[in-house]
Amino acid sequence: MQKSKVKSKNVILSVAKDLIIGLGIVLLLVTFSYSQVPDRSKPPELGPPPSMNLPAIQHLKLSNGISVVLMEKHQVPLVEVDLLIKAGMVNDPKDKPGLASVTTSMMEEGAGTRNALELADAIDFLGANISAFAGWHTAGVSMFTPLSKLDDALALFGDMCLRPTFPIEELERNRKERLTTLMQWHDEPRAIASVHFSKTLYGNNHPYGKPTIGNEKSIRAFKVEDLKKFYQTYFGPGNASLIVVGDISPEAILPKLEAIFGKWEGGKVEQQTFPKAVQVKERAIYLIDKPGAPQSEIRIGRIGIDRMTDDYYALRVMNTILGGSFSSRLNQNLRELHGYTYGASSNFDFRMMPGPFLAGSAVQTAVTDSALFQFFFELNRILEPVSDDELTRAKNYLTLRYPESFQTVQQIAGQLADIVVYNLPDDYFNNFTKNILTVTKEDVQRVAKKYIEPKKVSIIVVGDRKTIEKSVSKLKYGKIKNLTIDDVLGKAPVLEK
Amino acid sequence: MKLKYLLYSFLFLLLINLSVSQLSVKFEKFTLPNGLTVILHEDHTLPTATANIWYHVGSGNEKPGRTGFAHLFEHLMFMGSKNVPVGKFDEWLEAAGGDNNGSTSSDRTNYWENFPSSALDLTLFLESDRDGYLVDVMTPEKVDAQRDVVKNERRQSYENRPYGMSSIVIGENLFPPDHPYHWPTIGSQEDLSAASFEDVVEFFKKYYVPNNASFVVAGDIDPVKTKELITKWFSDVPKGKPVMPIQQPVAYLTEEKRVVLEDKVQLPRLYINWITPKHFSPGDAELDILANVLAGGKNSRLYKRLVYDLQIAQDVSAYQDASMLTSVFSIVVTARSGHTLTELEKIVREEINKVKNETPSLREVQRAVNQYEVSFLMRMERVGGFGGKADLLNDYYVETGNPDYFNEDLARYKALTPDDIQSVAQTYLRDDGDVVLSIVPQGKKELAVPEKGDK
Repeated sequence: MQKSKVKSKNVILSVAKDLIIGLGIVLLLVTFSYSQVPDRSKPPELGPPPSMNLPAIQHLKLSNGISVVLMEKHQVPLVEVDLLIKAGMVNDPKDKPGLASVTTSMMEEGAGTRNALELADAIDFLGANISAFAGWHTAGVSMFTPLSKLDDALALFGDMCLRPTFPIEELERNRKERLTTLMQWHDEPRAIASVHFSKTLYGNNHPYGKPTIGNEKSIRAFKVEDLKKFYQTYFGPGNASLIVVGDISPEAILPKLEAIFGKWEGGKVEQQTFPKAVQVKERAIYLIDKPGAPQSEIRIGRIGIDRMTDDYYALRVMNTILGGSFSSRLNQNLRELHGYTYGASSNFDFRMMPGPFLAGSAVQTAVTDSALFQFFFELNRILEPVSDDELTRAKNYLTLRYPESFQTVQQIAGQLADIVVYNLPDDYFNNFTKNILTVTKEDVQRVAKKYIEPKKVSIIVVGDRKTIEKSVSKLKYGKIKNLTIDDVLGKAPVLEK
Repeated sequence: MKLKYLLYSFLFLLLINLSVSQLSVKFEKFTLPNGLTVILHEDHTLPTATANIWYHVGSGNEKPGRTGFAHLFEHLMFMGSKNVPVGKFDEWLEAAGGDNNGSTSSDRTNYWENFPSSALDLTLFLESDRDGYLVDVMTPEKVDAQRDVVKNERRQSYENRPYGMSSIVIGENLFPPDHPYHWPTIGSQEDLSAASFEDVVEFFKKYYVPNNASFVVAGDIDPVKTKELITKWFSDVPKGKPVMPIQQPVAYLTEEKRVVLEDKVQLPRLYINWITPKHFSPGDAELDILANVLAGGKNSRLYKRLVYDLQIAQDVSAYQDASMLTSVFSIVVTARSGHTLTELEKIVREEINKVKNETPSLREVQRAVNQYEVSFLMRMERVGGFGGKADLLNDYYVETGNPDYFNEDLARYKALTPDDIQSVAQTYLRDDGDVVLSIVPQGKKELAVPEKGDK
């Protein structure tokens, strides 16, 4: 019935077209009816790509030299202000993994004249969100507030940035919470896979190899003095920037920031150097037993490259084709074609130092070996030239949806933080499209060959060993190293009552 | 008492007046002859737009033996249609810089495409083609392919996730077997295996008709041109028979049910659940605020007592999960090692009784309302995706008849007094009509709350 309806319309259409010649009045009617009947025989053409007109990035300075990077966005009365410190989890002392993480979370547990409860109450009452964070190479405090509460929120933000109190009883509480989190990781196949992936790739001597929240030993040993020392070493104007985004002008915010941060003192911190990570030399499979698991968590990867690489744009395009979008090869193959999984993807984690390249998925236990086979099929296939069609699709996907990363004040603040941390030029956002569009097929193949060596990767599988070991070993992808969850995470910590 | 109350009200008003302005999302609404309701909204902040369609069908409409079908069907909507070969829906949209997703709940199924404004025509073609002509090219093989994907979604999101089966067990115990909320949206593995090609055709013809849908296009659009294009692409989608809303008597519990589940987890977790008023009905906003008073932030009653002071719990949360037929209010607490769920339950009940017996302070209620107020501002920032303005316009239209219900929705919260919060606690958080689920590590049933009568 649907079919005949469409057909009859087409018939009317073709008749009408014939009548157009010479009949002015009919022409009007016909044009109208023509515009109402869709041509479904091929997808409609796209309009010319729209251009993105972002407000300018404004650079300001406080009297003590702290740089303020600002973007105005006046649609919604919200403001985001972030203190960004150029130090992070990589700066954890070797014997104190987790120190950056515990220090920053403790900055929320008391500041200025307020204890932890008073501070939380004051922030929540404003409807604001002020929280401290630690990344690999950055740490800081981010503040999100309705414009109407900006002054109150800034006062609390200033306290957290400049006057954290690190109360011992809060540290004890934080310690128990962290040890319990470590314990709960034993339940989480994703956490187990990701801890072992980092450990295998980077080892014990590189900061990227350590669990970010610390290990049982370090968590039990943290002293208030350790936290204060980390804070005093890295939190200072010589090492800090401020990011401001939202419904605010530079004239309005600068005096407020000057009043809070203008007298902050402290020297510049020497950037630490770290040992170069050693690349994976030989393919091996780490099979971590999770008895009875209905799915296997798969992680395949090696050390990738840093954010400042000249290959950045080519890698973004290549990864979009491989596993960076829904219609990417990995997802199409493992999910849509074979139904092994709910989703498969790949990613280059660009950091200050080379972060990991990772391909992964959670697949049904019974097809673990077949899924691994398809992963390697795709990791090998990406070394061959990609089609023109795939290249164009990937470039369009990256460039045409790029404006979506600038919707909220929090998203924009994150984008500006990248500008600061990686020292990107101010025209970076506006040139993104141009830079992606210059990537060629040859570039894609070159970076695939350079960064994806399917015979030099680590394979992590968290799953039901007794069901999968035999079939996985038949793939002959490398030596299988059998591990228990305790081998990866250590024994689950036991809390004293 | 009276005087104190008056003073509180005064302060209350004063605080509200300090805060944000009116929220307004301008829209234009029209209906096509085939019954499709269309809502347009302009926002030119970025050169992007979104299309968002709600079908008024969810897992609540499923028939026995076919649980999970509405969601499986959602997956099939991405498998190509008469003029869009399999795989091309995603491929063509992504090649145009777009992105898409869909979701299924017990009440409705929604789909969105975010796209650069240059891809409006393409997006409308893709969406209308599957809305009109999905089953023309449906095959048993496509059903099989997505069946496997959905089964893996169930494994990933429920079976292989610690405590992952909780929501399924809670629904089964809160609602009688014939209630649409008794079974989970994800369905059972057996029912997913049973779903057939014929089921797909029948479901499409019954529910996926324009008179059972509402469609929002929002963002960087020209409303005149957009209206023309929507009329062009959607007018030939055939109208279906009217779809009647589910008629369901209000469910209530007349006793307390206690259920114990063993799972591969380190720590026991307690879930207490009540049946509560449906979304937007009296009591719903009050229960949102009650949830915040109980477990939102460090100073909330349960967090402060269990996690902060006594440190016998790792985390606690409370929420009003609002749906169109009825809602569920839940409190969830995870014990620290060495502590039993019985210990936790005793304190949770004490704190609930405190709220019932003594009006919460003005500050804690206002603190919660203020947080809601900011969350409404945040909703103004995004146009597309789940929870973006387009999705909310559609939700408000479906549930209240008014797409721009932002102010009215927020006003529900701003009007609340501490007495209102106390009152919903008394009315709904009964201890003789709830479902108490204990999830304990395997072989450790002694950590669960005892059966009723052993209390």
